[in-house]
Amino acid sequence: MTLTAIIFAGILTYFTRMTMIALISRDMLGDKIKAVLEYVPSAVFPAIIFPGIFINDFGTFIEMNDPKIFGGLVAVIVGYFSKNIIATISAGLVSYWFLIFVVFS
Amino acid sequence: MLTKKQLFTRGMLDISPHMLSVIPFGIICGAIGVELGFHPYLVYAMSFIIFGGASQIVFLQLLSGGASSLVAVASVGIINSRHLLYGAVLSEYLEKLSFIKKLLISYVVVDQGFAESNKFFKKNRGEEFLHFHLIGTGCTMWVCWQIATLSGIVLGSFVPEELGLKFAIPLTFIAIVVQDLKKLDHVIVMITCGLSSLLFFDAPFKSYIIISPIIALFVAALLLRLKK
Repeated sequence: MTLTAIIFAGILTYFTRMTMIALISRDMLGDKIKAVLEYVPSAVFPAIIFPGIFINDFGTFIEMNDPKIFGGLVAVIVGYFSKNIIATISAGLVSYWFLIFVVFS
Repeated sequence: MLTKKQLFTRGMLDISPHMLSVIPFGIICGAIGVELGFHPYLVYAMSFIIFGGASQIVFLQLLSGGASSLVAVASVGIINSRHLLYGAVLSEYLEKLSFIKKLLISYVVVDQGFAESNKFFKKNRGEEFLHFHLIGTGCTMWVCWQIATLSGIVLGSFVPEELGLKFAIPLTFIAIVVQDLKKLDHVIVMITCGLSSLLFFDAPFKSYIIISPIIALFVAALLLRLKK
């Protein structure tokens, strides 16, 4: 039962991956659409970033003094200047841990 | 001109820093599935069949919360519908591939792989075997995801919960978009998407994850019109 649902979910997910790559030819998209598609990363990833920071596990908004906001800001600053993925993730995590284990404990 | 192997290796290298967040997250996903009371084989089957990070957790949480299979499947479909946008962007670079190759390569298109390969494609348009970069990012992600979720399933949540490692996921995506903060139009698009995602967070079937990009792309279209 659950396996059937997993298979359907998998087929659906595969279709989301495959449709635009295999079934749509690039010529079907006009120049205007191509120009807008340049913005896809900027238009999609904040929908993962913002809820990941501002909404907690229970689906409610966090307080404005939540360590995740600080960690996120540190990651943005370090990432902007270092252009390094590992530095960005580590800086965010370490500053977050510093607040929860040292400052707020 | 880079060889297929060089491009594949380059893809592997470009995505590997993201494994710092993907591996802990995969372990957590595997462990949560078992904790929710699902059979370990089923939890692992999802990593192979769905291969879709957060959507796997949502799927199990919905089912264990008493939602119908239909609701769970629909939610996975909606959460993963963002791949349609990735495909639309990538199609330009994959055009020349045969239909079969397109079908095969589609299976390994993931968020971070799309982001890194797209950056590489933009700078190296002339390369003949560009798609090997995407295979490199996708396969690295696939192998790490399988190993990470399997470890979580077998060993349980050996990553201490207090570390809050789920927080590494937003950080990994910050690393992806942060350089675009230099461009005002991108900043506006990002803020539009981010604020919309908070505003629509409670929309049914987790649809905020596709509603907010659509709103943000609409704003991007308006910005392009203003620029002219």
